Amino acid sequence: MKRREFLKCVTAMAAGGVLPAAPAVWSAAKAQSRQETLLIVSESGPNNIDIHGVGTNVPGYEVSWNCYDRLISHEMKTLSNGLQYYERDKFKMELADDMNVGDMSATFKLKKNATFQDGTPVTAKDVKWSLDRAVTVGGFPTFQMGAGSLTKPEQFVVVDDHTVRVDFLRKDRLTVPDLAVVVPCVLNSELVKKHATDKDPWGLEYTKQNTAGSGAYRVVSWNAGSEVVLERNDKWVGGPLPKVKRIIWRIVPSAGNRRALLERGDADISYDLPNKDFVELKNMGKLAIVSTPYSNGIQYIGMNVKQPPFDNLKVRQAVACAIPYQKIMDAALFGLAKPMFGAPPGTPTEVAWPQPHGYTTDISKAKKLLAEAGYADGFETTLSFDLGFAGVNEPICVLTQESLAQIGIRCTINKIPGATWRTELNKKVLPLYTNVFSGWLDYPEYFFIWCYHGKNSIFNTMSYQSKEMDGFIDAAVAAAAVADKPAYEKSVKAFVDLAYADMPRIPLYQPYVNVAMQKNVSGYQYWFHRRLDYRAMAKG
Amino acid sequence: MIGKRLLAAIPSLIGVIIVTFLLTRALPGDPAAYFAGPAATKEAIEQIRIKLGLDKPLYLQFIRYVADLGRGDLGNSLTTGQPVAEEIKTRLPASAELTLLGLIVSIAIAVPLGIVAATRPSSIIDHCCRVISTAGVSLPVFFTGLILVYVFYYLLGWAPAPLGRLDVFFSPPPQVTGFYLLDSLIAGNGELFLAALKQLILPALTLGIFSLAPIARMTRASMLAALASDFVRTARASGLTPFTIVVTYAFRNAMLPVITTLGMVFSFLLGANVLVEKVFAWPGIGSFAVEALIASDFAPLQGFVLTMAVMYVALNLLIDILYGVIDPRVRIES
Repeated sequence: MKRREFLKCVTAMAAGGVLPAAPAVWSAAKAQSRQETLLIVSESGPNNIDIHGVGTNVPGYEVSWNCYDRLISHEMKTLSNGLQYYERDKFKMELADDMNVGDMSATFKLKKNATFQDGTPVTAKDVKWSLDRAVTVGGFPTFQMGAGSLTKPEQFVVVDDHTVRVDFLRKDRLTVPDLAVVVPCVLNSELVKKHATDKDPWGLEYTKQNTAGSGAYRVVSWNAGSEVVLERNDKWVGGPLPKVKRIIWRIVPSAGNRRALLERGDADISYDLPNKDFVELKNMGKLAIVSTPYSNGIQYIGMNVKQPPFDNLKVRQAVACAIPYQKIMDAALFGLAKPMFGAPPGTPTEVAWPQPHGYTTDISKAKKLLAEAGYADGFETTLSFDLGFAGVNEPICVLTQESLAQIGIRCTINKIPGATWRTELNKKVLPLYTNVFSGWLDYPEYFFIWCYHGKNSIFNTMSYQSKEMDGFIDAAVAAAAVADKPAYEKSVKAFVDLAYADMPRIPLYQPYVNVAMQKNVSGYQYWFHRRLDYRAMAKG
Repeated sequence: MIGKRLLAAIPSLIGVIIVTFLLTRALPGDPAAYFAGPAATKEAIEQIRIKLGLDKPLYLQFIRYVADLGRGDLGNSLTTGQPVAEEIKTRLPASAELTLLGLIVSIAIAVPLGIVAATRPSSIIDHCCRVISTAGVSLPVFFTGLILVYVFYYLLGWAPAPLGRLDVFFSPPPQVTGFYLLDSLIAGNGELFLAALKQLILPALTLGIFSLAPIARMTRASMLAALASDFVRTARASGLTPFTIVVTYAFRNAMLPVITTLGMVFSFLLGANVLVEKVFAWPGIGSFAVEALIASDFAPLQGFVLTMAVMYVALNLLIDILYGVIDPRVRIES
């Protein structure tokens, strides 16, 4: 091909490609009023907007929470610092109009005027279908339902068009609270069934990308990894009509830029800024900063009690004496956490969780304990952490490594990528590590079932086995089911005491949820799931 | 020639398919555990594994993968929940637009700089060229990007918020090419064109600064060689103007290595602008691949590597054709 011809040819192609398309559709950039729009920036976004989906991530829960209704939800209370905080024991009606909890069942009457976003009325069979779906699809949703003894479709009974009964499998005080978590959301069963196939009987492929609920918002566009846009459902009857018409949630991976966007006033809310930025922003006073402790959550140092040397109680106590607690609070968290250490001697054990243990940093005592355990010269081990949360985990591990070296425990730091972290935890072979656990349902025994019970769930990362501990936990669960307060309190105190006597894991602190927003944004509420609830928010 | 080149690319593509498949399986992460969520039991993880088809032997997984590939199905991304082909279709133009503009910025600065430096070796301009290109290549891209954001957005307020391809209150133009600049022009929307351009300036500049060095150095080196050659001496002796000598005679001859470098720089920028994408929240293909890697999400990784391989093959082909256009000798020899 000759050069001139080639060039001519290219020009012709370009012109041919462009010109015929010129009178295309006009898309005038609509200048939406900023006042009605809330711009949220965060590090990561949803991978699925249906919480029943395979592997839906935590940002996905936020979409589900705002776009779907549950039968019941929680009331709010105002804390002394003015923060709105969910009321664990007070329920409010969302899709239900009335709840009647009997001995072995709970009956819900649905709001008669509730409709899905496509206009079809919400009926009892939608509720049953949705709850059946939650207990059947497997994975996290089924598992979460099981935590409240909701495991079989037969438990959900359609009484009439607007009445549903939930039968209890056994007496369990977590059953009703479990109906108010994110998972038991109500979907438009007819709409979803239209998109179901033989391979996908629950229509998960459809709801992965589309919202099919009766909730306060619906997703109008979702560009995975960059943006979610939600619009208000003006016909919502689950509560007072939200003030914000439109939510734009942009994913901004760089923490520095999220801060710059907030400071320049371009973004309204940032959900996850590093602790250091939070402290600095708080001191600047230009923005409203809210930090709330994770309910029922603890960051801890765990030890594998199945293998030497950590099978030795004295070694575990020595480690507990050698952790640089205060340094971790100051240097890794910039004070933004609630200490879970250093309870003064003689403090009575409370019927509450989390609560601090009595250890403080005492190197000479640690050395003595380690010598008594027969490790006067110390030993070598590895200290592992999840790189997905390197921002706090790395300084914690470096400080701990330094401090343990003083008593002769030489640690190699083992950084594990987020994707492998759970696999590694599940193998239960890591000798020493830091991790965080928090439970949606805020009850001490709920935490202990996961983390200390001999049935060895993934979160009993220490492989801790104690018949005595299991006895106390089971007794607390049984006492709670029949509301036997004295027996319950005795059992809770007993398992907390035992956990701190045996010390298989060393609590460090209760982490904070940090939210920064413009001063004109109001209505932030703390929920057990720790994500944002747009429905109460307002601007201006 | 083109047909032969395309045929020659087939074995390398097959190789890429096999190697990426095996490499992704060799990653240490367990996607089933990752996607089972924070509170999963062993049974829940197994359920997910079966759902994802990861319980089957490797060769069966491979056969299924190749069969899907034959139908143009690259699988689904688990992290974003979208079909990989769809993701690549929307993300590749975002990356390509940014990279192309970055490359244009880079060429606009580096080529004249290289030419001037070569015509006046060891002058101040030559030293400037050396300092600028060394500085450009030694500053990490995310650092340049953050500095630019800090100065032009945070301090001065000249640049728009680093929030991706468009300001939050604009909607993208109807997709024709996937390049917002072109699409907004096609739609005849000048306001949108300006908005998209504003978003592009800082990230393109960041990429441009980073890729200055190889282009400027290569231009300078090949210009020096061309200027020292016999035909330039003859041209000088014939009394041609310095402009004709430098541009028409020397530069045209010096262009071949520069074009090769451009091709390399372009393809490596396309994959390597992950950091720029992270800084500017750009919905590009690089950050997509990195996120997939972190989550051991096989399908997008395989799709990404495959796309990149196809792009490399296409790019090399294009460069070969350009060689022929610029240098008649190449054409005649082949």
